Amino acid sequence: MIGAASLGWVAGKELTLLNVSYDPTRELYQDFDAAFTKYWEVKTGEIITIQQSHGGSGKQARMVIDGLQADVVTLALAYDIDAIAEKAGLLPPGWQQRLPHNSCPYTSTVVFLVRKGNSKGIRDWDDLIKPGVSVITPNPKTSGGARWNYLAAWGYALKKFDRDEGRARDFVDRLFRNVPIFDTGARGATTTFVQRGIGDVLIAWENEALLSVKESGKDEFEIVTPSLSILAEPPVAWVDSVVNKRGTREMARAYLEYLYTPEGQEIAARHYYRPRLESVAQKYAGMFPRVSLFTINEVFGGWRQAQKAHFSDGGIFDQIQRAGR
Amino acid sequence: MTGIIKTSSAASVKQSRRGAEESPLAKWALIAVALAFSLVFLLLPLVNVMAQAFVKGWACYWSSLTQPDSRAAIRLTLIVAAISVPLNVLFGLAAAWAIAKFEFRGKSLLVTLIDLPFSVSPVVVGLMFIVLFGLQGFFGKWLGAHGIKIIFAVPGIVLATIFITFPFVARELIPVMQATGTEQEQAALTLGASGWQTFWHVTLPSVKWGLIYGIILCNARAMGEFGAVSVVSGHIIGRTETMPLRVEALYQGATGASTVAAFCRGELAGAPGLVYAGDQDFPRMETGERISGSRSRIVDR
Repeated sequence: MIGAASLGWVAGKELTLLNVSYDPTRELYQDFDAAFTKYWEVKTGEIITIQQSHGGSGKQARMVIDGLQADVVTLALAYDIDAIAEKAGLLPPGWQQRLPHNSCPYTSTVVFLVRKGNSKGIRDWDDLIKPGVSVITPNPKTSGGARWNYLAAWGYALKKFDRDEGRARDFVDRLFRNVPIFDTGARGATTTFVQRGIGDVLIAWENEALLSVKESGKDEFEIVTPSLSILAEPPVAWVDSVVNKRGTREMARAYLEYLYTPEGQEIAARHYYRPRLESVAQKYAGMFPRVSLFTINEVFGGWRQAQKAHFSDGGIFDQIQRAGR
Repeated sequence: MTGIIKTSSAASVKQSRRGAEESPLAKWALIAVALAFSLVFLLLPLVNVMAQAFVKGWACYWSSLTQPDSRAAIRLTLIVAAISVPLNVLFGLAAAWAIAKFEFRGKSLLVTLIDLPFSVSPVVVGLMFIVLFGLQGFFGKWLGAHGIKIIFAVPGIVLATIFITFPFVARELIPVMQATGTEQEQAALTLGASGWQTFWHVTLPSVKWGLIYGIILCNARAMGEFGAVSVVSGHIIGRTETMPLRVEALYQGATGASTVAAFCRGELAGAPGLVYAGDQDFPRMETGERISGSRSRIVDR
C-alpha cells in the first residue's frame, strides 16, 4: 500500500482523498480536513488534498453505489453505508465493527428550532401535532437527518402510548400532516426555515440547530429540547474497493481514526457534534443540554429493521404519505 | 388564416377588410400585455438579483468570485462550454444543412430526434447516463476495470451538457436555411465554385445571424444547466461543481454572508444572458424579415 502511494507521489500525481458526506457536515469537515492535512504532512511528509462532497445522506450513498470514487464515507446513518455494502459490495458487511463506538466518532440528537418568542408555545413533541403548527423537516426518503427526526417522533409516541403501534402511527401521521415542504436534505430544510422564513418549528439535528442560532444571532431563534429524543449516531467508513484501487487505504484509515483523537474530537465539539471522548465531552458539557436519549437499537432493533418497516417502498412512511393526500 | 382572423376579430371587420392590419387597439393591447408580462416575470427578478448581489458592496462580490472553490467552478463551467458548444455547432450545421437542403428517408425521424432533448426532463437525462455508465450500469463494470471515469467526473458533465444543448443550434438554423432556399447555392455551383467555397461564401453568410443566435442560446444553456449536471456531477467541491451547482451549494451554506455570495454568483450566471438579450434584436429581425418576406410572397400569389 505504501508502495502504491509513493508510486503515485513519484509519478507527480496529486494525492487526494475524497470524503463523501451528508448535508450539514460541510463546516465540520472543512476544519477537520485542514487539521488532518497538517497532521499527515508532519507524519509522512506527503502533501494531500482532501475533497468533499455533500448532499442528502441517502442520495450520497446512491452516488457511491453508482461509482462516485469515495475513499471514505461519513454519512448520517448506518443503513446508508449498509446499502453500499449490500447493493454494490464495495465494503464488507461487518464494516461497523472496524472502528470504536460502532464506527460513530461523534453523536448528535434531534431538537426543535423555533422563532424567537416561540409564539406557538412549542415545548415537546405533542405540540408539533397541534392543528395550525407548521413543521419543517426534510424528506425521510432522501435525507438521513429526516429519518432520525421521524424515528425520534415515533419513539416518543411509542413511549407515551405504552408501545401501542397504532396510536404511535396516528401520532406521526398527524405530525407529518403539519409539514408543508419536504426538502431533500437537512441543510435544505434549514435554509427553508431560517432564510425563507417558512414554518413555526424546524425539527433538526442538534448541531444544525446550534449552528443556525450562532450564525443568525441569538435574538432570532431559540432551541427547544424535547423531553425525549433519539441518540443519532452518524457512522464513518473507508470504502475498501476504492481505497484498494487507488492505494489510499492507509490514508483513509488514518483520516477516520484521527476523528477519535482529542484534536478530532475538539473539532467535532466546536461544530456542535457531541464528542465521544470523556475529557472533551466535559469541556464542552455546557453546550449540550441534558436530554434523555434512546438508541435505535433499543426501540427499533437497529437500522435494518427500522429501514424495512418504515422507509422501504410501501413501508409505513409511504402509507402515511398516501393517506395524507 | 383569413377564416381565423374573421372569427377572432368580428368587431373589427372593417379594418381587416382594408388589409392585413389589426385594429390599433388590439395592437397596443397585445404589446402592453407582452411588455408587462416580460417586465414582471423576466426582468424584475433579474434586476432584483443584481441589486442583491451588491447589497454588501463590491468587495463582497469580488471576494465571493475569487474564492478558490468558486474559481474552480467558473473554470469547469468554461471548459464544459468550450467542449460542448463547438461540437453542437458542428452537428447543428450538418443537421440543419441536411434537413433544409435535401430530401431523404428518415428526415422526419432526424427532426424528431433533434427535438428529443427538449422533451426529456434534465433529471432523466442525468439518470440515463448513470444507468449507462454508472458502476451498476451497462458499461459500469468494464469502465471500472479499465479505470475510466465518466460519471461523477468531467466527461459525464460534458456528455450531459451536450445532450441538453443538442437542439439549440440546429433549431435556429433549420428555419433560416429553409427560408433562404437553394437557389443561390445552385448558382454558385453552376458558376464553378467548389462545395467548400459555396459553404463559406454563400451558405454561411446567409445564415450567420441564425447561427450566432443559436450559439448564444447553446452557450447560455451549457453554462447554466443544473438538473442533468447535478445528477452526474458527484458534487465534489472544487472539482466537479459547475457554476449553477456552486450557486446552490452557497445558497445552502447556512451563513448569511454566503447567501449574499450566492446572490453574487447568481448575478454572474445571469449576466451573459443579459448581454445576449441585447444582441437578440439583430438576428431576430433578420430572420423575422426574411420569413415574413417569404410569407408575403406566398400571400401575393
